[in-house]
Amino acid sequence: MAMMQTHEASQGLRVRPLTLLGESLRRLNPRSLARNPVMAVVAIGTLVCALYTGMAFAEDGGQGTFALIVTLVLLATVLFANAAEAMAEARGKAHAGSLRATRGALKARRVTKSGEETVAADQLRRGDRIRVIAGELIPADGEIIQGAGSINESAVTGESAPVLREGGTDNSGVSAGTKLLSDELLIEVSVDPGESLLDRMIALVEGASRQKTPSELALSVLLSTLTLIFLIVVVTLVPMALFVGIETSTVMLVALLVCLIPTTIGGLLPAIGIAGMERAMRANLVAKSGKAVEIAGSIDTLLLDKTGTITLGDRRATEFAPCQGVDLTRLREIAGVCSLQDPTPEGRSIVVLARDQGATLDSPQNAEVVPFSAMSRVSGLDFADGRCWRKGAPNAIARLVQEAGGRVPGGFEALVERISRHGATPLAVLEGNVLLGVIALSDVIKTGIAERFQQLREMGVKTVMITGDNPITAAAIAAEAGVDDYIAEATPERKLELIREEQAAGRLVAMMGDGTNDAPALAQADLGLAMNSGTQAAREAANMVDLDSDPGKLLSAVEIGKQLLITRGALTTFSLANDVAKYFAILPAIFAASVPALGGLDVLHLHSPQSAVLSAVIFNALVIPALIPFALRGVRVHAASASAMLRRNLLIYGLGGLLLPFPAIKLIDLLIGPLF
Amino acid sequence: MNAMMLCYALLIGLALPLGLYMGRALDTDRSTVMDRLFGPVESVLMRLAGVDRRASMTWSAYLLAVLKLHLLLIGLAWIVFMSQGLLPLNPDGIPGMNWDTALHTAVSFATNTNQQHYSGQAQLSYLSQTLAIVTLQFLTPATGLAVLLAITRTLLKRQTTNPIVGTNTTIGANATVITNATVSTNTSTTSAGRGVGRDSVGNYSVGNYYVDLTRIVVRVLLPLSLVVALVLVWQGVPATYQGAQSVTMLDGGAVQVIPRGPVAPMVAIKQLGTNGGGWYGPNSTVPLENPTGLANLVETIALLLIPVATLIAVGVISGRRRLMMGIGAVMIAFSLITTTLIVVSERQPNAALAGLAVAGSPNLEGKEVRFGSDLSALWGSWTTQTSNGSVNAMHDSFNPLGGLGLLMDMFVNVTFGGIGVGMIGYLLYLMLAAFIGSLMIGRAPELFGKPLETREMRWISLAILAQPLIILGLTAITVAFPALTGNSNPGFHGLSQVLYEYTSAFANNGSGFEGLGDGTPWWNLACVLALAVGRFLPMLVPLAVAGWLMEKRTAPQGRGTLSLEGGAFVGLTAGVIVIVNLLGFLPALVLGPIAEQLTLP
Repeated sequence: MAMMQTHEASQGLRVRPLTLLGESLRRLNPRSLARNPVMAVVAIGTLVCALYTGMAFAEDGGQGTFALIVTLVLLATVLFANAAEAMAEARGKAHAGSLRATRGALKARRVTKSGEETVAADQLRRGDRIRVIAGELIPADGEIIQGAGSINESAVTGESAPVLREGGTDNSGVSAGTKLLSDELLIEVSVDPGESLLDRMIALVEGASRQKTPSELALSVLLSTLTLIFLIVVVTLVPMALFVGIETSTVMLVALLVCLIPTTIGGLLPAIGIAGMERAMRANLVAKSGKAVEIAGSIDTLLLDKTGTITLGDRRATEFAPCQGVDLTRLREIAGVCSLQDPTPEGRSIVVLARDQGATLDSPQNAEVVPFSAMSRVSGLDFADGRCWRKGAPNAIARLVQEAGGRVPGGFEALVERISRHGATPLAVLEGNVLLGVIALSDVIKTGIAERFQQLREMGVKTVMITGDNPITAAAIAAEAGVDDYIAEATPERKLELIREEQAAGRLVAMMGDGTNDAPALAQADLGLAMNSGTQAAREAANMVDLDSDPGKLLSAVEIGKQLLITRGALTTFSLANDVAKYFAILPAIFAASVPALGGLDVLHLHSPQSAVLSAVIFNALVIPALIPFALRGVRVHAASASAMLRRNLLIYGLGGLLLPFPAIKLIDLLIGPLF
Repeated sequence: MNAMMLCYALLIGLALPLGLYMGRALDTDRSTVMDRLFGPVESVLMRLAGVDRRASMTWSAYLLAVLKLHLLLIGLAWIVFMSQGLLPLNPDGIPGMNWDTALHTAVSFATNTNQQHYSGQAQLSYLSQTLAIVTLQFLTPATGLAVLLAITRTLLKRQTTNPIVGTNTTIGANATVITNATVSTNTSTTSAGRGVGRDSVGNYSVGNYYVDLTRIVVRVLLPLSLVVALVLVWQGVPATYQGAQSVTMLDGGAVQVIPRGPVAPMVAIKQLGTNGGGWYGPNSTVPLENPTGLANLVETIALLLIPVATLIAVGVISGRRRLMMGIGAVMIAFSLITTTLIVVSERQPNAALAGLAVAGSPNLEGKEVRFGSDLSALWGSWTTQTSNGSVNAMHDSFNPLGGLGLLMDMFVNVTFGGIGVGMIGYLLYLMLAAFIGSLMIGRAPELFGKPLETREMRWISLAILAQPLIILGLTAITVAFPALTGNSNPGFHGLSQVLYEYTSAFANNGSGFEGLGDGTPWWNLACVLALAVGRFLPMLVPLAVAGWLMEKRTAPQGRGTLSLEGGAFVGLTAGVIVIVNLLGFLPALVLGPIAEQLTLP
């Protein structure tokens, strides 16, 4: 999936080096370290080496320098891991913070029984009613209970075109920090201070208070176990070596331990989690928990609303179909001229199609526009000379033909049916009492959406289109868009039923909705994505909210979730595969002094035992900052079947992780070798 | 090498029909002609034992039943070994064992290990050998296989599959019409038709331990042992309840006492049941236990026969043939690698004999000249792969790299492995690989479509962690106090001896680098710990995990889910096995056999 735009550092999210250093040092306090067992072991190892350094210098200087350098490299390892977390957190907070800043000192006009009072925004409680007047910023998340108005939501979504929000509809939700451009609204506040969407966003990216997600917890268990295994390996090595007459160096053993435990993934794990949340946020998706982002990656079935997701919202003219014996150019011209005064998107699309096909449409002279009405279901032009042109619903036009004494041509019914069957809406055109033909208005499938569904199918995700259309139209659109399944004449109850069926078959289901009657289905779905413009009930039932209110966002949510999980898996594999090379560097170094024959295992021919150990720990430390951008950006996700993805990722991170450290450690050894 | 390849071919040729037979005979979900044949015997046995054959057990009930029976068996065997001097069937008047050696022996045989800190013919009465030892030699492999059957039913057996998501590439062809009126057809069925399910009170059943145990003994172990025992008797292995025979030697008329007994039946189940504990102390090196070339061939094939056939049986019962083929491929690859290493190593001359007349020959120190180096190496390799542990040569005298191969076989311990438990151990690695593999394809970790969560990972991790903790921990403690070791060699080889002993105990193998004074309370009790943890933790954790997973939702498998059958995943599992074992034990191996090899003169 060629997706996941990498975000630019230019968005004011770059962290200053000094701040970063400060943050990294601050995280050295034991309570922060205890959250991450892998790095805690490195920190303890650093302390041990520091003590040993002190002792070595007290005795004589020989081994002290080496011990000191190892200590510093280990310290750097911890700091690099801290820095990774700090960077991820800073980026996330910067994004959320810029949103929060907009409503820093907002004032609210609270409506009470006795009248109105002005209070600070952070005094507002859930259930308070506030009045907002055009030109003011909305001080809190809430729902319009009275009035309608256009709102600029750019502070939240970045999109500056105003949107309409109206009480009593499915578009009644408003967010704090957005600006009311017109009218006056009475809003009921829906959250207490500290619980708004923004507050939740910030909680997800703050390291100290962040809840680990389920698979992150399970992975932590595995990483802690590996750490414990290597601790056992290294500690038991001491008496075993003594038994065969080898004195081991404590510093070298600590170095071996740190190189073996999964520091790469251990150090980057918090950053990966935070960065995943931050990527969701950047896509204007606000997850209520980290779990919601993670579960998005495992979604099996996507329920997608047709309108807005699969098709553009409006129908467009796609074909002029003349009746038998009628000239196509005549039909085109009359249909086009009739539509010149029609401001609706459908009308404009008829003009565009006619002109595209070569018609020259002149504004009609001496003509009076007959507007569309729900009663007549036709519109058109009445000329001063008595001519009358009409376009409208086929059965209404047919009745007009008969009233005017004309005859409905034989092929007309078949024409109308053919167009309906293809999922289009027919619009008949009449000149006087002659039925000229039919315009086909089609739902236009969004460009690229069929490829997107194809990619999802590649990844094994099933797509189900939901539409209120009749089954024939729905089938045609479903076929054209390439969804796997569809529900025609869908009702909210039917959606809920479908979600339950899919879940009973073991699938994880995602859906998007905005209306109050979507709320049960949103709550039932494993990933319920509510539009921010939706009703309070929908936003509360969902576990993710899309600030852009874009129905296509479900697809982004799935991608972000997958990316989060793959990044973790890839770095775990890489980290473990690295160990093989480090063994070959360090083991001979530890034993070579006492048993020269074991130097035969030194396949890299490193300069000296000291430089071998240092090269390995330096590689081990440097690999963390080298991979920070990768952890923050996430692995690139390709649309491919699971087995193709597994093969690819194993090759890159498994085999790559196995081979890369050999030349890297050799290179470091070549650089520092002369010093030892 | 040709003999080696012939043995592999013969093994697979025999395991195939046996596996197909076992798959049918042991599947409790289908009734076969075997039910009518063996049913009456089985019901008599179960009625005698007071077992309700219709009761179904949850995973935890099954697990408790296994533990209870084993505690009982250990207790009984312990008492018999200590009091054998007072009990009948003791024509040679052998006295009772020390409490600690008796405990070690009881636990050792109850864990399918048969590690012996005593010498069979001299320290066990016929009653101990037949009643205690042989009973355990039948029940312990049967238990391993029974637990595997429970896991197979619970975790592996295919459920009614839902249509695979998104395999159609043509647009529209697969768009089923769903309207308000018609319910889509592809989402209805859930878990009908699987062998296990909820019982009347809503608990998930995994089968019945006693039924499984009885079926395995009656339908597989007894008939096979009978055949092998008859062949061995034909080849000259003794089978008698008479006491030792005194023979006047040809040279000088000295009298030698030759111990005898019901040797052939015991040797049969010793070889077939991945047991390994022989009648005679030196095991199958003794001509009376392994008299001829044919006997050696039969005993060699018997080492691996049931473990290999088990893979096929699981494939038949679960319906996951491709999965089992992938697993079999990994096992065969590992098997060939270490066998080749050991065979090649033993073809090298023994460094200790450098400069002597025999210097150019393969390493025949500690080997029967009758079998030569290849067949001894092959036996050594197979006996350590399967957790059998019987020997036809002294492993202590293998060249260092041969010893390294033996140790590696036991660390991995899933190259076919012990009966039932080898495959169960493989599942443990498979779970780990599925965890990592799922993440690598961007899904929350799952196994066969069932979510692997923190609870499962905690126990899987514990089972993996136990191996280095016990083996390296006990080795380190033992070598830290050289008084405890009592070993015959200092230096690298001495370390290898200690490491080998605990590895053999944890792997439930039972072979040894002999030369350890291992009859002391320290060795006995330390090994009891290794034996019990090494047996029950890796065997029962997968059962618990299977039980937990059964209660969870099952995601239908398709393009987007992790396929456990594809080459990439098979490779990943093999990689996990290598990495976990290599990374955990490499330092110890470097200080033991590798250093020994590199410092050879």
